[in-house]
Amino acid sequence: MTNSNSQVPRPGFFRRLWNWFWTPTGAVSLGMLLIVGFVSGVGFWGGFHWALEATNTEKFCISCHEMENNVYAEYQGTVHQNNSSGVRATCPDCHVPKDWGPKMIRKIQASKELYGKFVTKSVSTPEKFEDHRLVMASREWKRMKRTDSKECRNCHNFEYMDFTQQENRAAQNHQKALDEGKTCIDCHQGIAHELPEGYLEAYKEIAAQF
Amino acid sequence: MKKNALISALTASALFAAGIAFAQSAPVQSLRGAQIDEHVGVEDVFHQDKQRFTRSYRQQPPLIPHTIEQYQIDLKANRCLSCHDWTNAGERNAPTLSMTHYMDRNGNQLDRVAGTRWFCNQCHVPQADAPALVENDFKSSSSN
Repeated sequence: MTNSNSQVPRPGFFRRLWNWFWTPTGAVSLGMLLIVGFVSGVGFWGGFHWALEATNTEKFCISCHEMENNVYAEYQGTVHQNNSSGVRATCPDCHVPKDWGPKMIRKIQASKELYGKFVTKSVSTPEKFEDHRLVMASREWKRMKRTDSKECRNCHNFEYMDFTQQENRAAQNHQKALDEGKTCIDCHQGIAHELPEGYLEAYKEIAAQF
Repeated sequence: MKKNALISALTASALFAAGIAFAQSAPVQSLRGAQIDEHVGVEDVFHQDKQRFTRSYRQQPPLIPHTIEQYQIDLKANRCLSCHDWTNAGERNAPTLSMTHYMDRNGNQLDRVAGTRWFCNQCHVPQADAPALVENDFKSSSSN
């Protein structure tokens, strides 16, 4: 191969890299390879997870002014931010699924939001945000409806509710919802953020698709 | 030179003393309306009353027998209508708005609530079993 007089031409860079990658190692022991592989695997996985969690915090979400000045501002003072028991649900608690697979899918979808932020600047002013609000809200409603309000259910569960401790109206409607197989978002839209004009009609259209 | 320094020192201390005397004489207004060493208790929270209150006079806007905290009623959305509008009241088992609320100021009957009736809590307020904030000797015109 290395003979310059050979008829076979020297393979290209990628071909040589490919061959090198798949050639058995000469100088390093199998044990060494396994140990190094294991340790760096732990390191890589830990780093990946760390980075993933770093993008899953309220602080990260509101590092964009679109989030901080609109939805985060509206969220202030709502029951999920300020309540008697001192439990708080922050952005990812409602907007990012907890399970690994759905979380990955949601994270990949979120790259479109980055495109909106940096390229099209589709919600860069309060006016643009307002124009776009119904579309964005509908997306979240659809997601909630499809997953039976999975993110709500991480904390709220019909089976764990004591209806006798609820306001009469709430108890009646929760019992009805339980019997009819309704989901949280069917009634509780706009609990943490402002509702846009025509929200109810838009929601009914979404609900009709399921 | 020494005389000047002495005069300056005397003037400065005199001004300082006068300042203190003036500050002491002016009454300090506290924002919470009480002296700083006075205990100000938190007022009781009166909760919603469960039963619907009867009207005290015929034209009284009915009171709201449930909490409306954080209900959005603004230019864009009206949370009350998601149950009380005629399109939703049956499904949500809620009282429908009075039909007068669908009539605009020219007397036209509309299918959507009239703009003049949009802000529910201009007339309707949540009811609570709480003592009256001011003395009130109003007598109900109904027999009860």
